[in-house]
Amino acid sequence: MKDTYFTLIKNEKIASNTYLSVLEGDTSDITASGQFVNIKLDGLYLRRPISVCDVEGDRLTIIYKAVGVGTEKMAATSVGEKWLTLTGLGNGYDLAKSGHAPLLIGGGAGVPPMYYLAKKLVAEGKTPTVILGFGKADEVFFKEEFEALSLKVLVTTVDGSEGIKGFVTDAMDGLDYTYFYTCGPEPMLKAVYNKTTTSGQFSFEERMGCGFGACMGCTCKTKYGYKRICRDGPVLEKEEIIW
Amino acid sequence: MVNTKVKLCGIELDNPIIPASGTFGFGYEFAELYDINILGSLSFKGTTLEPRFGNPCPRIAECDSGMLNAVGLQNPGVDKVIAEELPKLRQVFKKPSMANVSGFSLEEYVETVRKLDTVGDIGWFEVNISCPNVHGGGMSFGTSPEMAETVTRAVREVTKKPIIIKLSPNVTDIVSIAKACEAGGADGVSLINTLMGMRINLKTRKPIIANKTGGFSGPAIKPVAVRMIYQVYDAVKIPIVGMGGVSTAEDVIELMLAGATAVEVGAANLVNPYASRDIILDLPRAMEKYGIKSLEEIIGGAH
Repeated sequence: MKDTYFTLIKNEKIASNTYLSVLEGDTSDITASGQFVNIKLDGLYLRRPISVCDVEGDRLTIIYKAVGVGTEKMAATSVGEKWLTLTGLGNGYDLAKSGHAPLLIGGGAGVPPMYYLAKKLVAEGKTPTVILGFGKADEVFFKEEFEALSLKVLVTTVDGSEGIKGFVTDAMDGLDYTYFYTCGPEPMLKAVYNKTTTSGQFSFEERMGCGFGACMGCTCKTKYGYKRICRDGPVLEKEEIIW
Repeated sequence: MVNTKVKLCGIELDNPIIPASGTFGFGYEFAELYDINILGSLSFKGTTLEPRFGNPCPRIAECDSGMLNAVGLQNPGVDKVIAEELPKLRQVFKKPSMANVSGFSLEEYVETVRKLDTVGDIGWFEVNISCPNVHGGGMSFGTSPEMAETVTRAVREVTKKPIIIKLSPNVTDIVSIAKACEAGGADGVSLINTLMGMRINLKTRKPIIANKTGGFSGPAIKPVAVRMIYQVYDAVKIPIVGMGGVSTAEDVIELMLAGATAVEVGAANLVNPYASRDIILDLPRAMEKYGIKSLEEIIGGAH
């Protein structure tokens, strides 16, 4: 964990209400995909936890939806400004269990961490299949970026305006996979839990106070005991989840 | 060269800064970031006789200049605290710590203090009779002078260590409760715990926090803390541990002028994990700016 200033070098809208920011700074404490950073914004008391989408050298990419006062403020921030950012938060995905052909399932704001995970898996010689779920066509992002990793990418939209009509689970029929990783809204995670046939890992979201395990503001019950989503998570294994 | 040392209930502190219970865990998360031996002391996570999960999530809501929390005293219970958490704290913190205890009955307070009393490196007990986030305990002991005095007397029976009673601001007259604690044999009082508040989500039209209400902390509550510390200082002879929205060295000086002997830092630790350390490092500058040679000399200086 490290608290340093990152300089915003890119901040652009990439889909409906969805923004991509590239930040330059000390990324050395980001050790795994599935981790998050916690960003301090002027005038807001608590930080904003945002998942890591990509890291290349000293460049950190995040993607977020402008849905509240914090993320709207982020979207309106100009390139060149600095954000005090806590990095290296959360456990992240465990790649060791993936097998040779894991399935990656991201929904909406749960898509970004799947990208860094996919890159890490590809670097290990694995060939993941990717399912990206959105509401409608203008919300779709990062399909081309995943395809550029030479992966099979299936897009679903609830209204059928792009890709397969329906939910991410509607794209799972007939797919062979050795393991799965998923991140997205909780109803999606639950549907994935019920549909998947292998073990896997889920990334959860919760309102946080500190983001590093001090305040106990985001604790959930698991079969392996009480876990702080920020510190012991956000990634939990399928076997430990209590819905 | 300025002097930041203060004496709290007979124990000398290198500086008056004590991270507040519930914002600093058992210290070791912060020890990954800096050497926490720089602290005056630390008040560890509120401990109860039995393990507690606490309240359902969401437990946190942001406010202007502060936050609400309704964690609900999540802790592994006193036996596990002694067996697992305190040994880990001991590895990273070599000074006397403050044991924050809570309960749902008189017997629970007494048993928890009795068990922790055997731990050598505990310097003080901070008895929380002011948690706004649990039902049928905590704050209900802190809202009447009679109950406050009864709890104080009961824990007084089982420890010779200094007892500091943590008071709620959610009362009509905090002075009468502080006086009752003094009459019951308390060595000090700490104030203020959080102010009970609520926030509502405009999209769902429901309270943000699952518990509906939460404790309000952060810079917004500082004037309330200063006022209450000032009033209690006038009414009791025992030392006051002040807290409420402290995030700068200037805030520390303000609370001490109101009457605090030591100062706890709470919500600020959650926003800036280095907050307590930064305040300590900045104290000499602020003291020089305001012509303060020794912090001990300014306690209650505003009276």
